[in-house]
Amino acid sequence: MTMKFSKNIAIALVAVAGMAGAAFAAGAGKAPETQKWSFEGPVGQYDQAALQRGWQVYKQVCAACHSLKYFHFRNLADLGYEEDMIKAFAKEYEVAGDPDDFGDETVRAALPQDVFPAPFANENAARASNGGAFPPDLSLITKARHDGSNYLYSLMVGYADPPAGHEISEGKSYNPYFKGGEISMAPPLAEGILDYEDGTPATTEQMARDLVQFLTYVGEPKLEARLHMGMNVILFLLALTIIFYLSMKKIWKPVKEGKNFYEDK
Amino acid sequence: MAEWEAVKPQNKALAWFEERLPVLSLVNNVMGSATPTPRNLNYWWNFGSLAGLMLVIQIISGVVLAMHYTPDTAMAFDSVERIMRDVNYGWLLRYMHANGASFFFIAVYIHILRGLYYGSYKAPREVVWMLGLVIFLLMMATAFMGYVLPWGQMSFWGATVITNLFSAIPVIGDDIVQLLWGGFSVDNPTLKRFFSLHYLLPFVITGVVLLHIWAKKVSDSGNPLGIDVKSGADQIPFHPYYTIKDAFGVGVFFTLFAVFLFYMPNALGHPDNYIPANSLVTPDSIVPEWYFLPYYAILRSITFDLGIPGTDIIFIPAKLLGVIAMFASILLLFILPWLDTSKVRSAKFRPAYRIFFWILVVDMILLTLVGGRKPEGIWPLLGLIGTVYYFMHFLVILPVLGKREKTLPLPESIANPVLKAAE
Repeated sequence: MTMKFSKNIAIALVAVAGMAGAAFAAGAGKAPETQKWSFEGPVGQYDQAALQRGWQVYKQVCAACHSLKYFHFRNLADLGYEEDMIKAFAKEYEVAGDPDDFGDETVRAALPQDVFPAPFANENAARASNGGAFPPDLSLITKARHDGSNYLYSLMVGYADPPAGHEISEGKSYNPYFKGGEISMAPPLAEGILDYEDGTPATTEQMARDLVQFLTYVGEPKLEARLHMGMNVILFLLALTIIFYLSMKKIWKPVKEGKNFYEDK
Repeated sequence: MAEWEAVKPQNKALAWFEERLPVLSLVNNVMGSATPTPRNLNYWWNFGSLAGLMLVIQIISGVVLAMHYTPDTAMAFDSVERIMRDVNYGWLLRYMHANGASFFFIAVYIHILRGLYYGSYKAPREVVWMLGLVIFLLMMATAFMGYVLPWGQMSFWGATVITNLFSAIPVIGDDIVQLLWGGFSVDNPTLKRFFSLHYLLPFVITGVVLLHIWAKKVSDSGNPLGIDVKSGADQIPFHPYYTIKDAFGVGVFFTLFAVFLFYMPNALGHPDNYIPANSLVTPDSIVPEWYFLPYYAILRSITFDLGIPGTDIIFIPAKLLGVIAMFASILLLFILPWLDTSKVRSAKFRPAYRIFFWILVVDMILLTLVGGRKPEGIWPLLGLIGTVYYFMHFLVILPVLGKREKTLPLPESIANPVLKAAE
């Protein structure tokens, strides 16, 4: 009883410490399954092979419906691709070019500085093709959901048969991790849907994990630089704090010994 | 009270300048770098300088962020993401600024609680206290408007909820709301004026901070014993003693700040604010930043009209009453120096007050928790209890306690107990 009580207090204090807003918002969906990720913790980093596989999953599966508006072809360099490979990747896509001499619209092959092209021209077009549902942009999806990386993984592998007596509306699928349990997206990943370029067996779990790596990266591309700088800054601050502490002890010695500074006053 | 003390620099050029424009004397007399300061200040006295430093960090990081940010509903969200991705060290600036706001509030809340515990608001420091409250109010306005700028879902809906509060004001409420919005809903004009004011207010805060420090200089620092300085023996020079103690505090505080900034930069934010603002989709629950939660709880805990029971006569509708309660909870603190009738300043010698102080702290934590929850189940009741107790503390307990409480004997002087402890 008291254990539980003190646990509750601990949870409450954590909430005060910061989760206050975030923790309570998740609401309706089932809590995501916690996975281990290479990018977690103070020395976390992205797994480059997984990033490349995740990029392949996004490109071949998700990109049919979901845009990635903050991801440029040039960002592929972070995934370990060379410049000429990136140029070749980009060339496979067409983007709007400058108007020609007659003022007519043109298209041209994409360049590294271009954003990865969106599948639909606008929200209405996207809704029209998806039974009224709007597939959200995925650039920030892991930051825009509570416990985002675990949430995305759980959602990808969490499709299931609805519980007995649970009617699913036309064109929807049952997924307990999605708020309300009914999601407009049909199960996107299935074994054998693609062949990995590096030969890794493309199981649903594998693809989900790789996709989470990639989309977490797209959401937080500077994570590695941040963690690296954080370690340096904190080590520096700790050393500085110790020096300040020792200086303080030394400087304060006469005060502690009762020295009077203003006796003549 | 301190008298004007002219500074005479050794350096000839400086002395020449000082004769013509005594800025060094001004700084010395207002801020008092070499001022005699009570020798017994403990670590709770570190948080003033920490708050000041956080203000500086916020201004510097904010000025640079403003160079890259675009205050336009069509571009604000994108420009923030551009800062995060393509601006050199933009992620550092933005995470520093966002978490810096939280740590500014942490420093200020501890600074205020220190004032409450040690009776720093009592004569002759009432004006220091009141200027501090003005800073606090300005900070809240600045932080609120800053949170709107990224133009995410929580920005938009937070702005909608908070600006709508003013519509509760009778007669002129709707006009005030329209003025705040610059139109008929939270939209582009709102974002633009919030950006302008968010940039302006920190400099107003800086001005009030200087007055706050000046007023403190005039009435001297308080101290943990809450007794007046009696002789030179009670004092030590601010520099180097409190400079180095403040520096040590900065080291500890910044380390904690860095842990949040670098390792969990989004822990204090809300995931919904990474979804671009959409006036057609209301978030599940609209919650303000953690530092506003107690006041948000007070606002929402009033769900009843004030009128004559059993009749249709309503004097104050629930919404207005909630708004009044929320503003009153802070404005009340302006008359705290007169609500607290005790002659003894420090809680160290007020055993009963000490207990009530900690109950108040628990009450504020309770209100923080309530503010973050949906108003369902037990939470609204807890919010109401917390709110009633908050007002009881200041309006009933403090005035009575000051007259009734048996305080402990005060030490003869600051130097006495300090010197004794050293032997």
